Amino acid sequence: MKNKKSRLNLSSGVTSVAASLICIVIGLLVGLVILYGINSENALDGFSRIIKGGFYLMPKGIGTVLSQTAPLIMTGLSVAFAFKTGLFNIGAAGQYTLGALGALYFALVLHMPWYVCLLAAMLFGAVWGAIPGIFKAYFNVNEVITAIMFNWIGLYAVNEIIYRGALGNMYDLKTTKTYSLRNVSPQSVIPDLGMNQLFKTKSTTIAIFIAIAAAIIIYVIINKTTFGYELKACGHNKEAARYAGINEKRNIVLSMTIAGALSGIGAGLYYLSGVAEWNPQVSTALPAMGFNGIPVALLALSNPIGVIFAALFVSHITVGGGYLPTKYFQPEIADVIIAVIIYLCAFVMLFKGVVVNAVSGRKKKKAENDPTDNGADGKEADA
Amino acid sequence: MDKGKGSECLSPFSKHAHSQRGKEAGMGNSEYIIEMLNITKEFPGIKANDNVTLQLKKGEIHALLGENGAGKSTLMSILFGLYQPTSGIIKKNGKEVKINNPNDANALNIGMVHQHFKLVECFSVLDNIILGIEPTKGLFLSKKGAREKVTALSDKYGLKVNPDALVSDITVGMQQRTEILKMLYRDNEILIFDEPTAVLTPQEIDELMKIMKNLANEGKSILFITHKLNEIMAISDRCTILRKGKCIGTVNIKDTTKEELSRMMVGRNVSFKVDKKPANVKETVLKVENMTVPSKVHKNNAVKNVSFEVHRGEIVCIAGIDGNGQTELVHALTGLEKISSGAVWFDGADISKASIRERSKSGMSHIPEDRHKHGLVLDYTLEQNMVLQRYWESDFQKAGFIKQGAVREYAERLIEQYDVRSGQGPVTIARSMSGGNQQKAIIAREIDKNPDLLVAVQPTRGLDVGAIEYIHKQLVAQRDKGKAVLLVSLELDEVMDVSDRILVMYEGELVGELDPEKTTVEELGLYMAGAKRTTA
Repeated sequence: MKNKKSRLNLSSGVTSVAASLICIVIGLLVGLVILYGINSENALDGFSRIIKGGFYLMPKGIGTVLSQTAPLIMTGLSVAFAFKTGLFNIGAAGQYTLGALGALYFALVLHMPWYVCLLAAMLFGAVWGAIPGIFKAYFNVNEVITAIMFNWIGLYAVNEIIYRGALGNMYDLKTTKTYSLRNVSPQSVIPDLGMNQLFKTKSTTIAIFIAIAAAIIIYVIINKTTFGYELKACGHNKEAARYAGINEKRNIVLSMTIAGALSGIGAGLYYLSGVAEWNPQVSTALPAMGFNGIPVALLALSNPIGVIFAALFVSHITVGGGYLPTKYFQPEIADVIIAVIIYLCAFVMLFKGVVVNAVSGRKKKKAENDPTDNGADGKEADA
Repeated sequence: MDKGKGSECLSPFSKHAHSQRGKEAGMGNSEYIIEMLNITKEFPGIKANDNVTLQLKKGEIHALLGENGAGKSTLMSILFGLYQPTSGIIKKNGKEVKINNPNDANALNIGMVHQHFKLVECFSVLDNIILGIEPTKGLFLSKKGAREKVTALSDKYGLKVNPDALVSDITVGMQQRTEILKMLYRDNEILIFDEPTAVLTPQEIDELMKIMKNLANEGKSILFITHKLNEIMAISDRCTILRKGKCIGTVNIKDTTKEELSRMMVGRNVSFKVDKKPANVKETVLKVENMTVPSKVHKNNAVKNVSFEVHRGEIVCIAGIDGNGQTELVHALTGLEKISSGAVWFDGADISKASIRERSKSGMSHIPEDRHKHGLVLDYTLEQNMVLQRYWESDFQKAGFIKQGAVREYAERLIEQYDVRSGQGPVTIARSMSGGNQQKAIIAREIDKNPDLLVAVQPTRGLDVGAIEYIHKQLVAQRDKGKAVLLVSLELDEVMDVSDRILVMYEGELVGELDPEKTTVEELGLYMAGAKRTTA
């Protein structure tokens, strides 16, 4: 897995990949220490289950990893895309929730084919993303605050719309969840092209390919288009972007809208897989898929292609965490490891900065540059 | 020359004097009060100082001259304890000393007036002076003695300040005097002035020169960092010149000329007089009528009812002390800020409400005041910055996709043509470039747009004479091509040399229109200080 990652991700810079890999290794070691602390006898067994992840239970595990990776790539892209414009989209969870509503409504009530449902999910998410963007651009309200509030507004609104005092037309009294998609509207399930058979799962669909395609499209938008150029300029230096005649308000709204759309698609990919239902009475916590987009984006250093691998890795060890013997360990150990990895990312980026400086210094690239004259420009903190 | 020798100044308030000072003064048989011998300071990949020797005599004013990045700041930072030299020693009164931090420097009676003052805005002058060494009685401040000492010092050296005024309310000149008093209050003997005249009016500069001479006469030793040769010639006794980290030499000012100094600094001959033919003024390009711009920092208007015109073939300079509305005026012209009344006409069209992009498209270029804030996206590469104003043109994009090859080619041409130096050419991150080359990149970008009006705000700020000469030539070339140039400058020499017409701005108003051929720096200064005005 790691080799694959470093081989394919060279474009984003060897150092960046190395930085993320160092984080992962240290994070895993810390996880091992924690496992030892909890139960030293079974620590190695538990650790190997986490490391093996989806490979622990072949082939079902791999199918599960793939089906979980798809929505995670989307929320990771959502956060990464906003980062590029200098925005912190902490509202991916809310946009994801709205996306779920869009997908389920178009599927269970309107019985639309899966791609229409997916578009609906995207639209719903986009609207929810646009709101904090509009507040940020035109009223200068910090997007983090608006997005957090809209996460909760979204969650309870969706719960209420689906439940409606147990009378909601998507709500199945028997299961206390939304109706099962496969029974009510099979055409709304994303096709699996035989992957479910291959992996002996029910949830593995072509969602993973849709997500990878989305990542590639986002990569192209950010790096090859004038729109991406404008977005990044706004993210790096809002004032200079304005000076260059870039409409930074419009770009903020657009960036958040696209981020919301990506999260919405993520929800669509998950809820249209055929095995996921929304439980309005139990869902009092925001979907973790939305928040996990943040560590994925950080681990990928906001590189859209990196997001694919980061999401794969996070799903991999999360699934692995699920295989821990619950007698000794909680599956959340995997979350602890991810948390440590993300935490270390900040340090390793610092370390990377030092290394890069030292290397470029040796090459005497800055020969005419007096460090004291330029010492004042502190590097802008990257979110 | 050695006028300070033997007249070691002891403060009348010797109870505050450092005990060790007396000893040192006693054994002061060395000619030099401070010697920095064979100082080398290496940063990764660069020698900021390479075997530099600087010897400061007692009671002299010693100028330190050099281009940007020549290593002046590094050398002074070493003396002030902010950096440790890689090799070399520092001696005080012939005795080797170690300066590990600014506190050590203070204990050795070395004081510094930084280019950007280190004052607490909401404190009074007196509070600022005693900050850090507050005299206390028990748990309470006792400012009475401090006040007496400050008053005595300010009388002795002619440093006029009101000890009870808040720093935020006083002029820049007074703030600088507060900084000087801070050093004197600490009984500093060696005073470092880092480009002290950059922010002052001509009158304030004269005042400062007098004060510095006074200080030297009283036995203080002064190190004076500057780019400005006139000031060195006026007050310094000796001058040490640095170039690219190396010590070029130390000369006696009375034995040298401005030309020789600049040759030593730059390594070639530099012409001071901007070479230009008389202006060939043609039709109006920019017409501003009764423009008013609200301020973002206070409730009043930053620009008040301003009207003027700029024609093809002339360089109009807006002179004034920093903060008199020039920034807002330019922002309003270029569209970065909205005007509250009045109108702006450009090439016959009303652009009062036009967007920044529309103004740029219609032929206005803007070299911004702050190259880091506005001029560049520092984390973008040089080539990305080169197309910042035109990436949307069909030359550089097709259906929304950037033509990478065209951008590279364009950037390479500009780099070649305008001699923009950088580590990796077009793909250099702008942040890693030197200030002068960053500025050159901006100038290349803005001039290459072939604008009808070039708005250049302090285009030479912080640059050395070589780069300044180059930029002035470019401005004049634009003018000679029949373009209009609106130059905003705080540098009097630049105002006098480059412009064809001077408009003086004071507190948001245009208070005078002057002909650089017929006016003097002194007269200009009076206008800038608000002491004189001609227009209603």
